Amino acid sequence: MTTRPASVPLASRLGYRINPVGLVAFSVILFWAVVALFADSLAPHPVGEIIDNDFFGPMRAGLWLGSDYLGRDMLSRILLGARYTVGISLAAVTIACFSGVVLGMTAAVVGGTLDTVMSRLFDALNSIPSKLFGLMVVAAVGSSIPVLILTLSVIYTPGAFRFSRALAVNIDTMDFMMVARIRGERLPYLIGAEILPNIVGPVLADLGLRFVFIVLLLSGLSFLGLGVQPPYADWGALVRENIGGLAFAAPAVIVPSIAIATLTISINLLIDNLPQKVRDRSVSP
Amino acid sequence: MKARVPSLILHRLLIAALTLLIVSFAVYFATSMLPGDTATILLGQSATPEAIAGLRKAMNLDEPAILRFLKWIGGLFRGELGTSYANNMPVAALIGDRLLNTLKLAGLTTIIAVPLALTLGITSAMRRGTLYDRIVTVATVGVISVPEFVIATSAVLLFAVYLRWLPALSLTGDAHGLMGMLRVYAMPVITLTFGVSAQMIRMSRAAVIETLNTPYVEMALLKGASQSRLVLRHALPNALGPIVNAVALSLSYLLGGVIIVETIFNYPGVAKLMVDAVSTRDLPLIQSCAMIFCVGYLLLVTAADVIAILSNPRLR
Repeated sequence: MTTRPASVPLASRLGYRINPVGLVAFSVILFWAVVALFADSLAPHPVGEIIDNDFFGPMRAGLWLGSDYLGRDMLSRILLGARYTVGISLAAVTIACFSGVVLGMTAAVVGGTLDTVMSRLFDALNSIPSKLFGLMVVAAVGSSIPVLILTLSVIYTPGAFRFSRALAVNIDTMDFMMVARIRGERLPYLIGAEILPNIVGPVLADLGLRFVFIVLLLSGLSFLGLGVQPPYADWGALVRENIGGLAFAAPAVIVPSIAIATLTISINLLIDNLPQKVRDRSVSP
Repeated sequence: MKARVPSLILHRLLIAALTLLIVSFAVYFATSMLPGDTATILLGQSATPEAIAGLRKAMNLDEPAILRFLKWIGGLFRGELGTSYANNMPVAALIGDRLLNTLKLAGLTTIIAVPLALTLGITSAMRRGTLYDRIVTVATVGVISVPEFVIATSAVLLFAVYLRWLPALSLTGDAHGLMGMLRVYAMPVITLTFGVSAQMIRMSRAAVIETLNTPYVEMALLKGASQSRLVLRHALPNALGPIVNAVALSLSYLLGGVIIVETIFNYPGVAKLMVDAVSTRDLPLIQSCAMIFCVGYLLLVTAADVIAILSNPRLR
């Protein structure tokens, strides 16, 4: 039922030119992914242990990123922080995009009243500024990691819905959709086997962008003291607890900021440098 | 054809009103219907069941939720925002001056950011592909990709720690004279301007480039019009709608940015008030502040859409 003949050799279809900027960005993302996975074995010191007599110590041998406001090793705290920032954001973006994309495709295929009601509802949710939404939920139920994941995914579901619905509406007008409908296929088959393969490229690019938004929002909430709670700390919380070192440019406040920036900028650059084929496959199928 | 514009705008305004209703329901639902009983929060864990029951009755918490929602929204329309839990002051009195402060901050940022961003956006679109354009594009991607507090801390590092032009975080409320004004506003405005401008540069650059790709601009190029004439006479008038649309949309970034900026620089605005209210779980205050932000956001987005309708010559 696909429009592509099956005999097209794989190599020519995957013959994307890899852009150097994209490659660098991809390596940085890979680096943080590895750090998040193996943070336990990479960290030179236990995160909670005070090992420096001085606070906000400078970078030196053995304390490669200096010490924080209590004299704890900053390198270990950054490595463990990666786990919270990347892990929570990844969980949230997976839930948000899964529910958003499934609902978006459903709305496009079913159409009619369901489509109108869902679109109106999600548009309304989308017009609550994201940081405000986070603040309200934290005010009402308090902050914990499951609450954060759920809140972040609720905040970014409407965007994923809107994006995938717009793509799916275009695919829905194709002849093969009509053929599938006449054949009597049901909704799960229609969205899973007919629509999804045709929008998966842009949807994945959108997932990357949404991941960046979630990292930004999570860091922002943690920075306000409303995100990840002590004794755990993600990168935003690390900036918050060491903000006192800003006046004398302590590495403890600069390094977590740089960590966030490298991750989010790399993802944006990678997506900007993706081959056009992957990003806009639905536009010119 | 002329009659379509008013009806389109009316339709857009109706949608905005409906959205506002759904949003206010979401705000009320998120803050007062979620688990965590208000009376228990107020009286603490050790309160007797009788005291909690009494307070629930006094605060009308035993009424059905939908009835409380209708009462609340009715109160909003009459300007009765309720009483703060934390210090028993009317919410309207707490918000009054703070709102003015936030509007001052937003207004000042707008005055600086709009001309700056439009100049950079339009010139980089004119010199598309040059080194200048690449630098502007990479810088805007960089600024968009980092959280506001990273921009704020970088600004403090640059202007207060290394250059020593401005004091660091400890800002006091006295804004006497020009120097005092500068001290209070400089850092927050610089931080917000960076964020807002980056969005605006990106969108206005895209809008101008889209117009530059049209057949009539190619026609003008072929007849030998100069680069500046091409942009200023042929492309810009047609890109004006999308650009103004971009300006309104970028300004909505202010709403998120202001929450971080007011907190980090200890600026006495609505956002700071709300963040403080969150830590004391002062629900009436949170709800009112949240509604102010949502209405502001909705106004900007609706204005952007109305401008897009008005500037589309096909609808005139």
